[in-house]
Amino acid sequence: MRYLFWSILVLSIAAEGILHAGFTAGEGALQTGLAEDEGHFQQRSLSGDEILTRVDQNMFSENKIVVSRMIIHGERESRSVEAKSWQRGTSEAFTEFLAPAREKGTKMLKLSDMLWTYFPSTDRTILISGQMLRQSIMGSDLSYEDMMEDPHLPHLYSAKISSEENMNGRSCWVLDLSAKKEDIAYHSRKIWVDKARYVILKENLYAKSGKLLKTMDVREVMKVQDRWIAKSVLYKDVLKEGKGTEFFVDSIKLDAKIPDYLFSKAALRR
Amino acid sequence: MIRFLLKGLLRDRSRSLLPVLIVTAGVMLTVFFHAWIGGAISILIQSTAHYSVGHVRVMTRAYAAEADQIPNDLALLGADTLLAGLRRTFPDLLWTPRIKFGGLLDVPDVKGETREQAPVSGMGVNLLSAESPEWRILNIRNALVRGHLPRKHGDMLLADELAERLKVLPGQTVTLIGSTMNGSMAVANFTVAGTVRFGIAAMDRAAVLADLSDVRQALDMNDAAGEILGFFPDDVYHEDLANQVTAEFNARQAGSTDKFAPIMGTLRTESGLADYLDIVGVFSGVIVGVFVLAMSIVLWNAGLTGSLRRYGEIGVRLAIGEEKGHVYRSMIAESLMIGFGGSVLGTAIGLAFAYYLQIVGLDMESMLKNSTMLFTDVIRAQVTPFTYVIGFMPGMLATFLGTAISGIGIYKRQTSQLFKELET
Repeated sequence: MRYLFWSILVLSIAAEGILHAGFTAGEGALQTGLAEDEGHFQQRSLSGDEILTRVDQNMFSENKIVVSRMIIHGERESRSVEAKSWQRGTSEAFTEFLAPAREKGTKMLKLSDMLWTYFPSTDRTILISGQMLRQSIMGSDLSYEDMMEDPHLPHLYSAKISSEENMNGRSCWVLDLSAKKEDIAYHSRKIWVDKARYVILKENLYAKSGKLLKTMDVREVMKVQDRWIAKSVLYKDVLKEGKGTEFFVDSIKLDAKIPDYLFSKAALRR
Repeated sequence: MIRFLLKGLLRDRSRSLLPVLIVTAGVMLTVFFHAWIGGAISILIQSTAHYSVGHVRVMTRAYAAEADQIPNDLALLGADTLLAGLRRTFPDLLWTPRIKFGGLLDVPDVKGETREQAPVSGMGVNLLSAESPEWRILNIRNALVRGHLPRKHGDMLLADELAERLKVLPGQTVTLIGSTMNGSMAVANFTVAGTVRFGIAAMDRAAVLADLSDVRQALDMNDAAGEILGFFPDDVYHEDLANQVTAEFNARQAGSTDKFAPIMGTLRTESGLADYLDIVGVFSGVIVGVFVLAMSIVLWNAGLTGSLRRYGEIGVRLAIGEEKGHVYRSMIAESLMIGFGGSVLGTAIGLAFAYYLQIVGLDMESMLKNSTMLFTDVIRAQVTPFTYVIGFMPGMLATFLGTAISGIGIYKRQTSQLFKELET
């Protein structure tokens, strides 16, 4: 899930990850020279770690510009938040919120492990750190902490194939991921990887106690420049009331040219 | 008879002095502790009402279930309409809406970068209206230490201790970083109008006060309030009336299954003090009981000693025909006189101490600095009409019991043996 967060736009994170995961699948197939049967792979046996590595290897493109929309279904009402994100590599991202009016002009800059947010109403740039990282982004089911995680799953987890399942008509591997280190937000994960596209279609995140913390379900994928990208994703923080956060990629531009100045604190106040 | 016994007590001081001193000491402590505990509890109740839950409090059901967490996402919506309804339906109470919130107070440097930052516990209340009851309830005017009271939107009052820690002066701009009703990050600038000191450690550590409308704006809580508090005009918590108002209000909502429907609770139920107050009530009874028991044992012992010393006197009285019951009753009558005298003296001394601490108080700041309870730093005793009489209970009871037990020996004397005993 964190891939997803990380790359996707607003949060600049999620969509991107899915996008890359989709992209990855294609590449994985080409590299192994296996036949693709329009959405279904017949491959030699891969280990869980190999599948995870392939997903990860194909996850990121260098630059991208994404316009996205979140519909946050709270207990009492639903809100829509729109944003445009510029992302370079895995460590630089700049996001500007476009709507609603209250959030318009709010900007976020992620440089490596630092995250700043600029609020035009106060003309203040706040470094998000400590407890603030656990706060939800715009009231959604995603937290700043989710954004800040290392997006490379193989760095953090070892994977084992637990089963194979059909997910929304797609044949998937179900991988159980176990953390390689203690200091990590989600001690284990279960992911459903589309065998043909190497896209993660579903993900459950667990605490060390085994308690389910968050879920992610991809509801729709789209093909962009030969890559499969998640177009609609539902995130759910199961510890929160409400019906989750729907995330939509409205437009995406891969390998776009992004000016350097965007990835500086000065850009926040422009 | 009473006069006769009284003369005996006054002339034979060994019969009265020690018991009177014991009773005086016990009664004095009982009176003093009763006034002291009563004062402390009274302060706790008043502070809790003023700064936390009011005499009655209206919230949504969902908010009430997690009120300790200050869940503003579950706050009352349409609060202004609800407030008007409460004022119309229960005009005998003062109603005032509040929003409590937590967050960080960020102090920028000249470049706008964070210079200092500290967690704060805030309250949005009506500060910009001269008719607002909050001025009196929160004692804001007297609490002002530096600067001035809020005059315009965007003004904020900071706890003086917090302001000193953050090195903030009146007139400076600070940024509140919190969470909106929807869970988004809320960031809003305020101007420090002044600093306040409430004399309550839990408040003075990290309190900030701003006008309700500004807090609504900052936390995206338009026409919302975390809670609406009701106060009795005499500022005294009347439990029966509070229960009556609460029952009437809640009966109107009984048919609703909406978790966001408003619900009312009383200070006793909402403050979490119910068990505490019950314990204190029991504890007060225990104090009196312990004094009665301890003094009874001492007086019993004194009675036994006295009986030995008065062995001959009692023997003669029995030998010349006085009934055992009469001797026993006369000794109990003596003890009641001693108890009464000791109680009067003990009550007078105890009241003197209690009055002193009622006026001067005792500064407990160092002991309460980490307390989360809404105790004022200076705790005062409280003398009530009951304080004047409570000492007589242990004073009279202990002397009665002590003598009643020790005097049983009278009935064990054998008349046939009296002269023989007296000869020896």
